[in-house]
Parts: sequence; C-alpha cells; structure tokens
Amino acid sequence: MSKSYVVIAEVRGGKLRQVTLEALQAITIVKEDGDLVAAILLGHQISAISEHLSQYVSGQIHVIDHVDLETYNAETYFSAIQNVLDTLNPHAVFLGHTAEGRDLAPMIAAYLHAGQLSDVISMEKVETEVRYTRPLYAGKAFEQKKFIDGPQVVTIRPNNMAAADTNDSQADIVTIAYSPPSSLRSIVKDVIRKTSGKVDLTEAKIVVSGGRGVKSVDGFKPLQELAEVLNGAVGASRGACDAGYCDYAMQIGQTGKVVTPEIYIACGISGAIQHLAGMSQSRIIIAINKDPEAPIFKLADYGIVGDLFVVVPLLTEEFKRAMA
Amino acid sequence: MNIYVILKQTFDTEEKIVIQNGDIFDDGVKYIINPYDEYAVEEALRQKEQHGGNIIVVSIGPSRIAEALRTALAMGADEAVHISDDRIVGDEFTLSNVLAAYFNKQSYDLILGGHFSIDNGGGQVAIRLSQLLNIPHVASIIKVDVSEHQALVLRDSEGDTETVEVTLPALFTAQQGLNEPRYPSLPGIMKAKKKPFHHLTLDDLGLTETEIRTKTERISLFLPPQRKSGQILQGELNQQASELVHLLLHSDVKAI
Repeated sequence: MSKSYVVIAEVRGGKLRQVTLEALQAITIVKEDGDLVAAILLGHQISAISEHLSQYVSGQIHVIDHVDLETYNAETYFSAIQNVLDTLNPHAVFLGHTAEGRDLAPMIAAYLHAGQLSDVISMEKVETEVRYTRPLYAGKAFEQKKFIDGPQVVTIRPNNMAAADTNDSQADIVTIAYSPPSSLRSIVKDVIRKTSGKVDLTEAKIVVSGGRGVKSVDGFKPLQELAEVLNGAVGASRGACDAGYCDYAMQIGQTGKVVTPEIYIACGISGAIQHLAGMSQSRIIIAINKDPEAPIFKLADYGIVGDLFVVVPLLTEEFKRAMA
Repeated sequence: MNIYVILKQTFDTEEKIVIQNGDIFDDGVKYIINPYDEYAVEEALRQKEQHGGNIIVVSIGPSRIAEALRTALAMGADEAVHISDDRIVGDEFTLSNVLAAYFNKQSYDLILGGHFSIDNGGGQVAIRLSQLLNIPHVASIIKVDVSEHQALVLRDSEGDTETVEVTLPALFTAQQGLNEPRYPSLPGIMKAKKKPFHHLTLDDLGLTETEIRTKTERISLFLPPQRKSGQILQGELNQQASELVHLLLHSDVKAI
C-alpha cells in the first residue's frame, strides 16, 4: 500500500528555507515508488513561495495562507497543520531541526502517537530498514536509530544533506482553509528580528567564531566584517557569551548550537571540550590564536598563531581582493 | 502557585565519551543536573520568591538521579518526585507519556523544563508533555513575568526575540540567559534532607508497560572519526593570511 510522506515547509524572512529542500531530498532516500510526497506550507501572502516550492515537490503542496500565520505561533501553526495531517494520515513527517521545526515536531509526534528522531544528520536504507544517524552529547558520539512502529517524525539538521532538485512535474497546489485553534491561549505580541537579512548560524556555509580572545563587544566587529565578506555567520564560544561580549543565541557548543559549516574560523578560542563538541564536524577548521599551545590547534586543518585583531582584518582584506 | 520542574540528570559537560561493549561507559562519570534544567529550577525559585507557592521537581530514571533531585531540593525546591521503574525503558514517547500520567493527577500552574538535554539532545519530552496535557507551551524562553493567570515571556528563536503572552497553566522550556542558577547553600543542603521525597512506579501511575512501549530503537553507537592535526602556517602574518586565502579559494580544498 502506498504511504504518504509530509514535509512541513519553513519560510524565514519571506523565503523558503534551504532545509525544506534538504528534507524533501531526505524523503527520496526512504520512500518507495508510488508513495505520496506532500508539503505543508504555512504563512501569509505566500503564493510566490508556493509556486517556487512546487518545482521541488512531485506530489502535493497544501498551502494555508492566513494573516494569523504571518508569524510563527505554536498553537496557530499546529492547529493549521492538524487538519492536513488528519487527511493525509502520514507515514512520516519531516521537518528542519530549526527553531520552528524543533517546536512543532514534538507537538506533531505527541498528536500522532509517533516516535521522533531529532537532529538527524544522515540516513540510509538497508534493505527495508531505514537507519537514521544523529548526534549524542552534541557530537561527542553518534548513534544510528530506527523506528519500531507507528508513524514517524524526523527533524533533520540543516546543512548536512543534499537539497532536492527541481522536478519535471510540478506539484498540485491545494489551498486549505485556516482553522484557528478552538481556544487560543498564547499570542505572539512582538518579534524583534535581530537576525533578519543575516545568514542563519546553523545554515551558514562559513562561520566566524569568537572566544574570550575578542575581549569586548566591539571585539566582534572584525569578525563580523570577515563574515560579511564571506557571506557567513558569526558564532561564539561560551566564554565570550558568559563574559557578556555577545548574545547567548550565538553560542556554539554542547550547551548552545551545533554547527557543521564548510569552513569554521575560530578566533581567540582556546578549544574547550564543550566547544569542540559543537563545531568539530565542520569540514575545514581554521584556528587563529595567540597561544600556540591552545587545544584548538590540535583539531584545526590550518592554524595561524597570532593576534586575532591583526590576523582577522588581514584575512578580510585578502578575501576581498581575491574575490573581487 | 504550583510550580513543577521536570529535570534530567546528564553527564558533566567536561566528560569525554568512551564507548565500551557497544554502550557509553559511565563508570566514575560525574553527573550534573542538565544545565538547561538547572535554569528551570532557578526560575521556579525566583517565581516562588515573587508569587509564593510550592515547587516540585520531577525526574524519571535510575537510583542515581536521586542526587540531582536532592540538589534541586538543596537549591530551594520543596518536594521531589522520583519515578523509577525497570519497565520504563524507552524514548521520548515513553518518557512523555509517563510524565503525562503523573501530571494528569496533579494541579499545576507552571511546568518548567530545559530547552533540551545536553546528552540526547532530542528536545522533545517537555513539548510532547504540553501537547499531551493540552496546555500551551513556549520553548527556549529567556525571560518570564508571571501575573495573575497569565505570563509574558520572551523566547529566543534563532537569535530573534519573540514576546509571547500565555494563559496559565503553561509549560516553558528554559534557554541560556534566563537566569544564573544559584548554588545550594549549606543550610539548604541540611534542610533538603527533611523535605518530602516521593517514589513512584508505573503501578502508582496506573500505566502498563504496553502503553509506553518505545517507538524507536538504537542500532549502533560510535565515536566521530578523529580529526588529524593540520598545518600551522609559517612566516609573516600577512603572508600567512594570503596563503590561507589562496588555499581556501584555489587549492584542492576549494571551500569557497
């Protein structure tokens, strides 16, 4: 019997997130011929996004377009999704392991009495068994898991799987009426978008990170300049956050975010085990530190022993020149 | 106000992970309260200081987690509930259903938990619980103001800050920056010994093993491949910078 697979598409800053395409690609690994792949897209004034998304989905896109869905709210979003889930009776629901996906997935899993595997970084099918790989201890170890039975919910880590390609056959766009929750108990009053227009840390291909060595709030400026030139994002170690140099939202490590960019540039970070847990799976690691004995050099592909306030601006200039 | 904190005991963040006989080696390992759950305990204490009430800390697991619950009592929580049963073997589906069975018999205004656990990192149990209890939740909060029957919370959403108004009862998960957890005081530690400490099993919760059977299973466990030490560049700093940029742009590395 054919099954249905559902991706909850995510929109951020008026654009479809890359991780949604990665989730669509992930499904192609596990689905059988004849299975339905559907996406659920929520938001307000999203017709252009649904057109764009339809190039990547072979089955259906369920679009719920309503002013109440302009900003993410767990209750309104879940209520909107719930009806579609009832109709599709999904075998599996895939989401990005993003702020939104992390929030919605457990609600969906509880509703479906489903198992959930979070933060999946890769998956493979061995005969009929699908094996999902995910980190433990923020990447100090990894496990492979499988579902025993029932519906499945999976959140996939951004930046770790290939993105779906465009399809020959465009998906059917199904417009769904928004059904508000029976009682709305939470209202999003205000959103301060500190990261709009910037590259999201967990999706960035290049991360420039600062530690205690940045010495002050202003010390992050050269790092931001470098990140801008490289279209990357700025991260931080716990030390820098605890010292008040930056927001905890930037923290990378076992407490904090786990990132797996193409290039990780650690500036003034000594490399405590908790920090390494959050970034050691980056493809290329570059360390800049005054202390040649800093543990980060043991892990780095390339190291520069020197003052970050000298080295980082030099790199920015070099990249500008080379990429001009 | 009845404030509940769900907490988990985890390896200390400084622990190295060693795999032995296909499992994570835990002999002599130092355990702590999951750091995010510790923010939840601290927030419960601050809310009680402001509004009065009773704080109950709840955890599921083997006998060693009594230590984590005692620490929370020494910080100032009023009661501890330790749900322990050899038949509770499973994933977040199992754990959230066990907790739901417990909470269905309680009266609560606020349930606090951590944003995620630093060991398994699933980030599921608390939000699943709110759904099972049919109460609203706000995840990853960095500030909370409780007034009568409602709360105004700030949540971190990938660096953006959202302000959410929620009707109580509600469940919140604590993000870094919410507060600075206190250390247990010596009088706190002494008092903790006399505070109510409840032990519950599946039978007490009216659950059967079948109802909470795990939905997922581990196939294998492994450590990440060791990274080889790379190359420390040499020469004047400006030469090093230019060499690095060349390597990243033009050599086999081709990272940009």
